[in-house]
Amino acid sequence: MELRLSKNLECKTLAEMKVGQRARVVRLLVEGLTRRRLLDLGLLPGTEVRTVMRSPLGTPTAYDIRGSVLALRTEDASKIVVKPLYS
Amino acid sequence: MMKDGINVDTKGEGHDYYQERHEDLEKGHDYLVALAGNPNTGKSTVFNAFTGLRQHVGNWPGKTVARAEGSFKYMGKRYKLIDLPGTYSLLATATDEEIARNFLLFSRPDVVVVVVDSATLERNLNLVLQVLEISNHVVVCLNLVDEAARKGMNVDAEQLSLDLGVPVVPTVANVGKGLNDLVKAIAGVASRTIPTSPRHFALKSDIRKAVDEVIPHVKKVVGDLPNIRWIAMRLLEGDARIRETLDKGELASLISSNQDVSAVATPTKAELKELFDRVQIAASSIRESLHDYVVSSIYADAETIWSKAVTKAEVPKSDLDAKIDRILTSRIIGFPIMIALMIAVFWITIEGANVPSQLLADGLFWLEDQFTSLFRWFGAPQWLEGLLVHGTYRGLAWVVSVMLPPMAIFFPLFTLLEDLGYLPRVAFNIDRFFKWAGTHGKQAITMCMGFGCNATGVISCRSINSPRERLIAILTNNFVPCNGRWPTLILVAAVFVATAFPPAISSMIASFTIVAVTFIGILTTFIVSALLSRTLLKGESSFFVLEMPSYRRPQFLRVLYTSFIDRTIKVLYRAIIWAAPAGALIWILGNVYVGGETLMIHAADVLSPIGLLIGLDGIILLAYIIAIPANEIIIPTIIMGYMGTSMMTELESTVELHALFVAQGFTVITAICLMLFSVLHYPCATTTHTIWKETRSAKWTLLSNLIPLAVAFLVCFVVAQSLRALGFS
Repeated sequence: MELRLSKNLECKTLAEMKVGQRARVVRLLVEGLTRRRLLDLGLLPGTEVRTVMRSPLGTPTAYDIRGSVLALRTEDASKIVVKPLYS
Repeated sequence: MMKDGINVDTKGEGHDYYQERHEDLEKGHDYLVALAGNPNTGKSTVFNAFTGLRQHVGNWPGKTVARAEGSFKYMGKRYKLIDLPGTYSLLATATDEEIARNFLLFSRPDVVVVVVDSATLERNLNLVLQVLEISNHVVVCLNLVDEAARKGMNVDAEQLSLDLGVPVVPTVANVGKGLNDLVKAIAGVASRTIPTSPRHFALKSDIRKAVDEVIPHVKKVVGDLPNIRWIAMRLLEGDARIRETLDKGELASLISSNQDVSAVATPTKAELKELFDRVQIAASSIRESLHDYVVSSIYADAETIWSKAVTKAEVPKSDLDAKIDRILTSRIIGFPIMIALMIAVFWITIEGANVPSQLLADGLFWLEDQFTSLFRWFGAPQWLEGLLVHGTYRGLAWVVSVMLPPMAIFFPLFTLLEDLGYLPRVAFNIDRFFKWAGTHGKQAITMCMGFGCNATGVISCRSINSPRERLIAILTNNFVPCNGRWPTLILVAAVFVATAFPPAISSMIASFTIVAVTFIGILTTFIVSALLSRTLLKGESSFFVLEMPSYRRPQFLRVLYTSFIDRTIKVLYRAIIWAAPAGALIWILGNVYVGGETLMIHAADVLSPIGLLIGLDGIILLAYIIAIPANEIIIPTIIMGYMGTSMMTELESTVELHALFVAQGFTVITAICLMLFSVLHYPCATTTHTIWKETRSAKWTLLSNLIPLAVAFLVCFVVAQSLRALGFS
């Protein structure tokens, strides 16, 4: 339990990532159809994601997911827990 | 082909698909080929390349999802090609995915061609692996290999083929590269001379156990199908559609028509019950979500296959797409570029359409004179000549000469932007407004379509999955002005705005005015959408993913073809059908006298008080009622009403027109209100008909007319009264 908590401290949501930053998906905090959609697009736990660009109005943000560029609204991206990768 | 004594539910969808296959084969197609693939993979390009003009576009039975089918011949065999809806998966519950899946399952095509995008191969393999579970006879079309190469990726087709167990053909479909090899592979798999042994993805032990437990019971019910493992997995996941199919015995009847009927017995109630019980027991033994697990198994496999087949350049090539995106979605110049492009498109359309419009008008009106002479030579009665030549024909001539040139310029320009991949960037830039309005981000794209034609825009709302958000997009599409309304906007802008400026910049000024009015329309879209989201169609915006495809060099021939055949000609055809009777009506109104005045003057007198209240006048309002079928004839009808002539006429110069309008009490307020009314008022008859076809609801079709009407009246009233109060006249 202790270990898990300390691990979670490093975690952020996808919405909090800066443009150009890379991260690995930890878990999806959504259920039902939305979850299926995300999974179908290849956004599964363990997948590496890169933030590509943000709309001039702040939302949505586009991410590189397995080679394709997909845009998610901030509220949807904030339901995806990721671990930032630093290189 | 149907055997007696088999219980087939004729209302079941599965049965329709099944029936279709056999009818087609009886009609003389040797092989049935299905085309599957993710969106944006060039699937339609492959489809068009094979079928050319031998294609037919309709809807899937009972669904508002477009369905294209076509045929081609190769080595003496006839192939029927069905273009399945573009999907990322066959697992989720969206309508298009269900259609694709049902077709593969029930129509049992001889070959399934999966078109994949080489540049995003890993994600595309998700669909390929799912198709391999359902169908044995698959060919993978590895499309857009040039784009992958541009991004520094090389895909080893042979390695891929080895891993998938089916032929893999690299292609660049938009230039026709590799299509010969593709058709050879299709023919080989169809005739079964090229053997296939499709890969089935690996399952984790506890799930494999559950699946293995269920399989023998499925076999008892449906016989030994190639996709038995897939059916077992679907049952374990609780797929209601598959269960229903088994309940009705449809799956069994499929096999029995292909094989010896005695080999498969129709399942008994007891057998079915046992199967479903077994499924329930087995499903309860799986702890984690089966769907999550299946998808992660597929992607794990996809990752392995992908990493074996794809080699990436050591130094990644400079990413041109990313550079363009940074400019087009830039915080500072993203919006200015968008607006500049819009002005440019309008400006090119207005400038370019002038001369051809005039030529067409001259030609068509010359033809009218010939018709007149012909009628007189025959000694036809005056009223007949008037009704047919000066009414119906002239109405048609107007619509063609006013509409055809701008459409023939606008649609190719628009298709060009679409093909380049710009529209998703527009949606990306302005999505926040839709989020605020509580609607779907793809509404931006349907709105762009509406600029061409609102009926087309309404149809494009199909891409929105949530029924609530789709309905809002349909109801508000009309607030973006379509091609039919531009003549009005262009003329009023040219006569009352541009004439105040030097000729060198006048068409630029007119473009600015039109863009300004368009922005009012877009603003109204957001406001009405937001109001609907908070009242009649309450709800939050649903989850939405927008794919930003790579920029692609457009194929000019295809652009011309799509915009001419699919858009220009179709829209024009509809307009003509509606404009002809309207032309006849206008002639009758202008030529039937009651108490010394024409019907038109009487009607205008009645409408005049309401018209004046909202800054218009009786004639303009009457023109809008007559022009419900086709907005293009607004201006000619107004001119005719003002001049008191008995037929629609066109005046030579804007100066003359200006003088005529002013003499009738037309002011700056009238001009402003006319433009606003044109953008905001109810949709044309074609669009209303389309809304009815798309919604099948009298209530929403009625509201789609009443809401814009109320908005138009309100806005024009407020604007007219405020301007008058401020001392304008």
